[in-house]
Amino acid sequence: MDAKDWLLLRILEEDSTQELSEVADLADLTEAEVKDRVSAMEDDKIIRGYCASIDWEKAGEGVAAATVNLKVSPERDVGYDRIAERIARFPQVCSLRLISGEYDFEIRVTGRNIQDITRFVSEQIAPMEQIRETGTILVMKSYKENGRILYDRKEGERLLFSF
Amino acid sequence: MMRDFISARTRTIPPSGIRRFFDIVQEMDDVISLGVGEPDYATPWVACEAGIASVEQGQTSYTSNRGLPELRTETSRYLAKRFGVHYHPEDEMLITTGASEALDIAIRAVTDPGDEILIADPSYVSYSPGVMLSDGVPVRVPCLMEDEFRLTPDALMEKITPKSKAVICNFPNNPTGGVMSREDYRGIAEVICDHDLLLISDEIYTEMTYDGEMTSAVQADGLQERTILINGFSKAYAMTGWRVAYLCAPKELCDAALKIHQYVMLSAPTMSQYAAVGALKNADLDREEMVTEYQMRRNLFVRGLNRIGLTCHLPRGAFYAFPSVKEFGISDVEFAERLLMEQHVAVVPGSVFGPSGAGHLRCAYAVSREDLREAIRRIEAFTTSL
Ligand SMILES: Cc1ncc(COP(=O)(O)O)c(C=O)c1O
Repeated sequence: MDAKDWLLLRILEEDSTQELSEVADLADLTEAEVKDRVSAMEDDKIIRGYCASIDWEKAGEGVAAATVNLKVSPERDVGYDRIAERIARFPQVCSLRLISGEYDFEIRVTGRNIQDITRFVSEQIAPMEQIRETGTILVMKSYKENGRILYDRKEGERLLFSF
Repeated sequence: MMRDFISARTRTIPPSGIRRFFDIVQEMDDVISLGVGEPDYATPWVACEAGIASVEQGQTSYTSNRGLPELRTETSRYLAKRFGVHYHPEDEMLITTGASEALDIAIRAVTDPGDEILIADPSYVSYSPGVMLSDGVPVRVPCLMEDEFRLTPDALMEKITPKSKAVICNFPNNPTGGVMSREDYRGIAEVICDHDLLLISDEIYTEMTYDGEMTSAVQADGLQERTILINGFSKAYAMTGWRVAYLCAPKELCDAALKIHQYVMLSAPTMSQYAAVGALKNADLDREEMVTEYQMRRNLFVRGLNRIGLTCHLPRGAFYAFPSVKEFGISDVEFAERLLMEQHVAVVPGSVFGPSGAGHLRCAYAVSREDLREAIRRIEAFTTSL
């Protein structure tokens, strides 16, 4: 990883659908160099995939989300890893993080509605023997996701000419 | 009949070179303006919060003439951290209402009638009128494209006379995007010291240095004791509207500038000074984001220009590209005017910034990537029609 790789990651994280030629221009590299560097980072699993950033509320279909905090009993030898891998298998879990503080894990859960989510937590997550406690925080409205704001913001105005 | 009340001195100041363009542009609705000399980012929110909090807490009075002690301390720390240079916040630093004021009082503090003030050319538009308002004589020192628009010792030497008093330079440069390395500064330091000159160094774009190390003139041996260093928040922290900057100089020079500042300005806007403290303390990340974005836009735009046949050196700082249009057989003014009328792309003719700028265009790439791509398309359409 050098400064150009870092720049490429920034460019791709912001918009991975850009034409190869555009990415090459922004990074001041040739197209071949971009291809090589990106494949190397894919091989190294620095780049894990490419996705769209979607405002699901606006898409209209029933969507609900919650942050669920979990207290967990770590297991001998494997610590938190085994239980983490079990929880991560559920498609409803879109992120799973080991956190500091009162709780051990923070998971983000999505579903079609609140009932979906509460049922998932009470029937699938809470009963696991290593889970000691759950705290579900329902999302009521989302203003910013993945670094992108989800509302219209008025931009400031500049003079058309200035020195 | 009334007398003409306008002073002779004011009458010697030529009118702005872009007034006409400004009038034309007002009438158009799909203009892409590469004529804007300020960031297109909003001020980092941490800085805004600090400004807002100061107002909420009723900090709405004057500050000391020199500026908020906390801002001077933070600025001194910043200069030490970023450049390894040391200025005492008590008596070697002054908070001003923009670099514009700092330039004005610096020039006035040192210029006597008839003094020749050497200006690296092309230059930011305020230097020469500033000198003329003090009855000084602006003397332009060419910085050429073949030198990547740096100020060279030879060019400087050539313009020095017994009347020379000071040099004004600005790197990274508006309008060329040229920068000076430490080595480059050492070269001119020798000439400046040998001829016992003062340096006024406007370093407002230093944070926008892209390919190499960020530099300050005062890093060169012997220069700090004879330099008035000017920097500020307008560009690095996208704070043009807040009007806050600073001037650093050895005590005697700083006191002289302070004398003027206390009468003409009293103090810089208070809430802006608080916002600037917030910027210095907490906005590194915002600044780095913006600078990285500008670096990418520069790559994109300069490649585009060269691809369509406008020769452009790679500007290593600020947010301006300064392509040559000499191959097209029309002047920079005509090029800019027709480009605006025919393709609705606004740029500033290089000659507005001084004779060495003739034959070039100043294109500010602090606009969206999308606009830059569209601008390249329109400029190409224009040049193929020539
Ligand atoms: C080289 C240079 N110096 C000074 C200024 C003025 O800066 P401020 O907003 O701090 O007055 C500008 C603004 O465009 C500039 O380009």
